[in-house]
Amino acid sequence: MVTVYIDGKPYQVKAERNMLDVCLSLGMDLPYFCWHPAMHSVGACRQCAVKQFRDENDKKGKIVMACMTPAAEGTRISLKDPEAMEFRASVIEWLMLNHPHDCPVCDEGGECHLQDMTVMTGHAYRRTRFKKRTHKNQYLGPLVNHEMNRCIQCYRCVRFYNDYAGGRDLGVFGAHDNVYFGRHEDGVLESEFSGNLVEVCPTGVFTDRVLKKQYTRKWDLQTAPSICVHCSMGCNIIPGERYGTLRRIRNRYNGEVNGYFICDRGRYGFEFINSPERIGEPYLSSGDVPSGDILLLSGKEAGDAKILKGRKILKEGEVLPHLRAVIGGAKGIIGIGSPRASLEANYLLGRLVGPENFHPGFSAAESVLVRQMVSILSDGPVRTPSLKEMAHADAVLVLGEDIPNTAPILGLALRQAVRQKPMERVIREMKIPQWHDYAIRDAMQEERGPLFMATAAGGRLDGIAAGVFHAAPDDIARLGFRVARALSPNAPPIEGSFTEDALSFADRAAKALREAKRPLVVSGTGAGSLAVLQAAANVARALWEGNRNAALSLVAPECNSVGLALIGGPGINNMGIKDAVKAVAEGRADTVIILENDVFDRLDLPDVQALLRARQVVVLDHLPNHTISSLHAGCVVLPAAAFAQGSGTLVSSEGRAQRFYKVFNAPSGRTAESWRWLRDLLVDLGRPGSESLFSLDEVLSAMGREFPAVRGAVEAAPAADYRIEGMKVPRQPHRYSGRTAIRADIDVHEPKPHEDADTPLSFSMEGFEGQPPAPLTSRFWAPGWNSVQSVNKFQSEVGGPLRGVDPGRRLIEVTGMGRVSYFTDIPGPFTPRADEFLVVPLYHVFGSERLSAMSPGIGELVPPPHVVLNKTDAESIKALSDMKEARIDFGFASFRLQVRPDPLMPRGVAGLFPYGFPGLHGVVLPAWGKITAPENARREKEEK
Amino acid sequence: MISILKALWTVFVHLFKRKVTVLYPEEKPYIPPRWRGRIILARDPDGGERCVACHLCAIACPVDCISLQATEDEYGRRYPEFFRINFSRCIFCGYCEEACPTYAIQLTTDFEMSEYNRRNLVYEKEDLLISGTGKYPGYNFYKVAGLSIKGKDKGEAENELPPVDVKGLMP
Repeated sequence: MVTVYIDGKPYQVKAERNMLDVCLSLGMDLPYFCWHPAMHSVGACRQCAVKQFRDENDKKGKIVMACMTPAAEGTRISLKDPEAMEFRASVIEWLMLNHPHDCPVCDEGGECHLQDMTVMTGHAYRRTRFKKRTHKNQYLGPLVNHEMNRCIQCYRCVRFYNDYAGGRDLGVFGAHDNVYFGRHEDGVLESEFSGNLVEVCPTGVFTDRVLKKQYTRKWDLQTAPSICVHCSMGCNIIPGERYGTLRRIRNRYNGEVNGYFICDRGRYGFEFINSPERIGEPYLSSGDVPSGDILLLSGKEAGDAKILKGRKILKEGEVLPHLRAVIGGAKGIIGIGSPRASLEANYLLGRLVGPENFHPGFSAAESVLVRQMVSILSDGPVRTPSLKEMAHADAVLVLGEDIPNTAPILGLALRQAVRQKPMERVIREMKIPQWHDYAIRDAMQEERGPLFMATAAGGRLDGIAAGVFHAAPDDIARLGFRVARALSPNAPPIEGSFTEDALSFADRAAKALREAKRPLVVSGTGAGSLAVLQAAANVARALWEGNRNAALSLVAPECNSVGLALIGGPGINNMGIKDAVKAVAEGRADTVIILENDVFDRLDLPDVQALLRARQVVVLDHLPNHTISSLHAGCVVLPAAAFAQGSGTLVSSEGRAQRFYKVFNAPSGRTAESWRWLRDLLVDLGRPGSESLFSLDEVLSAMGREFPAVRGAVEAAPAADYRIEGMKVPRQPHRYSGRTAIRADIDVHEPKPHEDADTPLSFSMEGFEGQPPAPLTSRFWAPGWNSVQSVNKFQSEVGGPLRGVDPGRRLIEVTGMGRVSYFTDIPGPFTPRADEFLVVPLYHVFGSERLSAMSPGIGELVPPPHVVLNKTDAESIKALSDMKEARIDFGFASFRLQVRPDPLMPRGVAGLFPYGFPGLHGVVLPAWGKITAPENARREKEEK
Repeated sequence: MISILKALWTVFVHLFKRKVTVLYPEEKPYIPPRWRGRIILARDPDGGERCVACHLCAIACPVDCISLQATEDEYGRRYPEFFRINFSRCIFCGYCEEACPTYAIQLTTDFEMSEYNRRNLVYEKEDLLISGTGKYPGYNFYKVAGLSIKGKDKGEAENELPPVDVKGLMP
């Protein structure tokens, strides 16, 4: 700590900071543009000018940039010095010379950093009479809009896009005052973090193109804190609603999790919520589908087909009696949970059907993987780090997981991690402070810390990796076991031969990890291989023996997979949904309740048929899916609220329980959270204890009593009776407009706002106006700070945790030695089969997650499906070499796909890309399949 | 007693003063041009909607009686998809007119808006739009804005230079 003097007052501050950071951390208002808390200082915009004095006798002083002035002992600066203030006002005036007269039609208006800073410096009147410079715009894809006239040349966009997120297709062109920020030509921005440009840009050059379709100002959005559901990382988000539709998603800063950025899948994947195909009413399916028949229809097709037309809508008051009759007449009920539904919904389903009949909706393979993952994390000795800690790792080994596509934000963290080691060297040897961004980058040049990637196919992180290894899952696992053995003699020895590449990779990785101060091992369920997970656990354990800072992060498949595994209980069953099929096939149950799950994604086709042949199937979901379109006559479909339409708790890969809150009520009026349907049913059936399950809090505490592993979920956020000065926290900003006109075309009498008994948030603009506790922060706004930059005012120090503590409660902490010892089940080397391929999933950030892929913006970016084969393999298949399509046959199902030969793909392995494409149903990967040229294509060729 | 006489005297004196009562509606009172009466939406001199759906009137409104939704035509010109004023809530304060950056929303001298049914006081865009420029002739927002619309490309607005050739390296 050092003492600095700001306007004559002494303050105790941290030494390794700069004065802009210090001023903002102390809550002062100092304008800035080029500085960004995550990207630090470059001193380009000259906006944060302050006057610095040598000592207390220096009355003259000199103007310096606060962001480039270190907070040294005795530093004296003045913010209020008239000369500094005039300087700042003239800088804004220069920046505004060419700024167009656009605010009324600019999407940034009302949350514009440039507007805020202009007001802050007092520049109010345009004096220049010269003409304004103009620019042509570019088409940058369906997500980001470009309006180059508004640019103030702060360079934040390229610093984020290229330097921070590793993009390559956004650059600076032109010279002197003609500088242009864009691509070399029109085209879609390649980086999966392009959406952050909207928040990073201090003005309206980059704006949200999806929001533009139905534009709403920030002050008109009803918002609530929420959690992203499109991968397992648990990024904090703020969805905003207006007129009954979700309009946009903004990042919600959480120092431990996503920090300042989220990926485009999280930002733009929400549009499925507004789909016209949403299930709006409870209904009985029509009788058109014979029992057990499979109709593979997409949501739209199902809507057009008779299936939805012939359905019978259940009126208000008919639903519960019908369900009561269904359950009363059942010979046995099983419940199928869902890793994308909240903890509460899964728990109540388990309670409804009884623990022995509750099957977490994992596929059999996934079930084993997720359970193993949770057991490694909770019973092993190695800690699972938060995303923030991962960004500070100084050596990383990735085993089998395609990080940029299955957990994009973790990829961003790893991009920061590779900078740590050289950065530490530069800071140590050259005495450059960490915030001096360009100096550090200049000193580092292209030097990168160790990142070792072992994956099935090439990926976007390969370019920054020190070592890359592409192999079949078994070989990746063997490599992991080899690294573990190299790190510790206690690890199981591994036999068999390795290629030279593998040996060199393993040795270099082991050496780098051993030398690191904060080594990190990353793996996950994405490869679909238990051996890979176990190998990663072994590496982490071997590291841990020599270095207690070693960390192990495992990526789960979906947003609540870990939570579901925690309450799915290992003692109940280990085969996931497959056990449910068995129960139906053996006649132990004739009624199935499916919670927010498409069983076509979890089961092979014959199993799906067996399951849906049950006498009664009850489905709760948001959108029609294959399960729903294949229901036979009289099955019940209940409309379930999507994430922004309900409240609940999710557990991320880190084991962090986080609460998401209802942003708005689903317009249909009959849509309810799944847990609420199930609770109503429990109460209706008069189950013991159900009378004390009224609110979300009661459900949570009942769950905590039954499953101690998730007891902490209660503490993830304040309880529903939490009040500040007797008030709830409003979901609407205090400037929310149109209250008495929105519904005036329907009724001039304004309705009473919706009650919310489950949360401390209200559906109103009235309530507590200050800063609520971090888990209840619905928006970032502070007086004078309308843009997202106001997050500075919510942090205990710039870039640090939110005031109080960052939201979420970690449920998985290591407890000393751990019960899991080394895994010794080492697979043999992968041997390609003569007539079959090991078909593995290959992920893509857009397309591999179903809900986000249904959003039009993201949907446009989903690559066309194809099968990736090793070049030699592709050529060796007769007649395939000059044919573009191949037939992949799993025996019970087959697909026709374009072939893409890839030299990086291991021999004998075929990758379906992007995994999760529409039409890929009823096959659980990895699986063995035959690949041939399609019949008719071959015939056509012969005819020629 | 004295106060009653005083009052009677005052009334008596007023018998000889000029009458203030006007026989409305046969006789119309004088309404100054800056009167804050019924709100209208004006058009550009070239006939386009002046409102650019910036939402500033809605946020300025102290009784929140304005609600609208922005949308764009295929050339990027923004306009309100719907624009609704609930006159049964309006207090005719004129803040919306003050906030309007394009002179689109204007208060007029018309105050005769009585209705038997409150619902008839809810005005939609069709009811609000007039065919002229209202009180402020001549102003055309898109002529001075940097945004390009149909018929006005980049650099064609008032006080604008032609678009920069990014590949040019001349000083």
